[in-house]
Amino acid sequence: MKKQTKEKLKHIYIHAYLIFWVLVALFPIVWIVSMALNPINVLRPTELVIIPKNASFSSFIKVLTRPYEAAPVPFVRLLINSLAVAGGTALFSVILGASAAYAFSRFKFAGRQAGMIGFLLVFMLPATATLAPLFVILSLLKIRNTLLGLIIAYASGAVPFAIWNLKGYFDTVPKDLEEAALVDGCDRNQAFVKVILPLSLPALAVTFLFGFMNGWMEWMLAWTFLTKPSNFTLAMTLYNMQGQWNTPWSSFAAFSIIIALPVLIVWFLLQKYIVSGLTLGAVKG
Amino acid sequence: MKSNLIVNIKKSRIAYYYILPAGAVMLLITAFPILYQVWLSFTNFTYVNLKNPNPAFVGLANFIKIFKNQVALENFNFWRTFLFNIFWTISNVALHVTIGVSIALALNTPKLGFKRFYRALLIVPWAVPSYISALIWRNMFDTQFGAVNQIISKIGLPGNIPWLTNPNAPIKLLNFLSYAYYACLITNVWLGFSFMMVVALGALQSVPHEIYEAAEMDGVNERGKFFRITLPLIRQAMIPAIMLGFVWTFNQFNVIYLVSAGGPLGTTEILVTQSYKLVNPGGIYGIASAFGIIIFFILLFITLALNKITKATESVV
Repeated sequence: MKKQTKEKLKHIYIHAYLIFWVLVALFPIVWIVSMALNPINVLRPTELVIIPKNASFSSFIKVLTRPYEAAPVPFVRLLINSLAVAGGTALFSVILGASAAYAFSRFKFAGRQAGMIGFLLVFMLPATATLAPLFVILSLLKIRNTLLGLIIAYASGAVPFAIWNLKGYFDTVPKDLEEAALVDGCDRNQAFVKVILPLSLPALAVTFLFGFMNGWMEWMLAWTFLTKPSNFTLAMTLYNMQGQWNTPWSSFAAFSIIIALPVLIVWFLLQKYIVSGLTLGAVKG
Repeated sequence: MKSNLIVNIKKSRIAYYYILPAGAVMLLITAFPILYQVWLSFTNFTYVNLKNPNPAFVGLANFIKIFKNQVALENFNFWRTFLFNIFWTISNVALHVTIGVSIALALNTPKLGFKRFYRALLIVPWAVPSYISALIWRNMFDTQFGAVNQIISKIGLPGNIPWLTNPNAPIKLLNFLSYAYYACLITNVWLGFSFMMVVALGALQSVPHEIYEAAEMDGVNERGKFFRITLPLIRQAMIPAIMLGFVWTFNQFNVIYLVSAGGPLGTTEILVTQSYKLVNPGGIYGIASAFGIIIFFILLFITLALNKITKATESVV
């Protein structure tokens, strides 16, 4: 009996501790939602309330109709740019990555070891450390200020990641399956396309989604490379809202929710892969 | 020897077919920029040369300028930035691990209710893109209108802390840490504890509860259980996560750049934000390239050192 009350007390204490951290974890989210629902695009959010008086979706409507204060670029344009850049990078890296990853996983060849070490070194480099040469090269080629240039810049980091990630998955697919296919009269290519690729569909999808999310949220390279508002992506437009002196709080809040929501949904769907991928050390920080 | 290589290449011809497309593209968009960067780092390439790409070869002058803090950019100080970067990383990771493990221990209590519910909510900071969270926190640290100061004044303390503008140190003893450091620290701790919690929880769940019951029988107290059972058993899983967290935090561009922008007066500058500023607005691409190469070697050294520490601890266990 005494032991039970002791355990109950301990549980109350633990619940309190966990609730404290839940509040800490959720506070910024609640704050941003409350801000987004605020009907007057306040310059002075002076009160802390969860659902403000006369809550409305007016700031969502405002950012969807005119997201970029200084230039009349429609939301759809920004959305298409973001989709093109993120989707283009992801598709590009999965297609190129899959074939190279297969070779790294199944064959022994001169340069294999060097290639694997090369990938690790590329992962280690933060994006800003290689910004200067990319900026100069793409400027000299006169494609810096285009979406294509941005895709090339993203791909330089995304392709090595895709190869690394897919190689890890191909390693887990038993070799017997291809050998059986080879015995049955397939050649290497058919074995790869008809046996390995279909089996690796989940890994290909995850690699695609990782590439897509990175491209979707990337703002630093985009902000440095692109100058024409009609080329802007959603993520860099959000950065642009961040005024030095007056941030349009409600618009900012509504816009960040619109951009973050898809990522959040994909993240929770992929949670299992993200956790296991990270503990394998396979994700670029 | 040579013929051996040729035989090898012939034998693995199919392998090269598979690598060719990705290999060619990577040579073009990954390897070439890196080689180009090495060349740039020995030249005085600036924004002027974007129209007329004939920079002068300057040897090691860019590297010397960086190490002697002679770069023409406001508040440039390589050594302060470097030391701050290390302090920033260690303080963050220490808090991530402490908080993450403590929450994981709480969640691992047998017969506790709402565990899955708590875990789902506590993982939210990790799920939100760090870019968005950094921007949200930046706004929450606004002196007049930010939520942080509003909470502070709600509980009756003076809520007019100039988080992001005052270059002075709030704690006199740690006089190299401005208010902005604490703002960035709070942001990044919020951002990072979930990851350590998830890893620690995974490790804890593989420790059978019977061990604790047996220890209780033997009269081991709570502290003994933690240091003699829990810690040794989760260390294996925590070390790779700590290494990853270390490199992550070392390169935490989004938090520093978006919350404090390295300011005020460069007090919270880290290497990656400084390297960004050399390109934009700096436009001194030669020096920026040299700076990138220095970052690369620092990271290489850190990775090798961390690897060595891990190996050493493994052989002790």
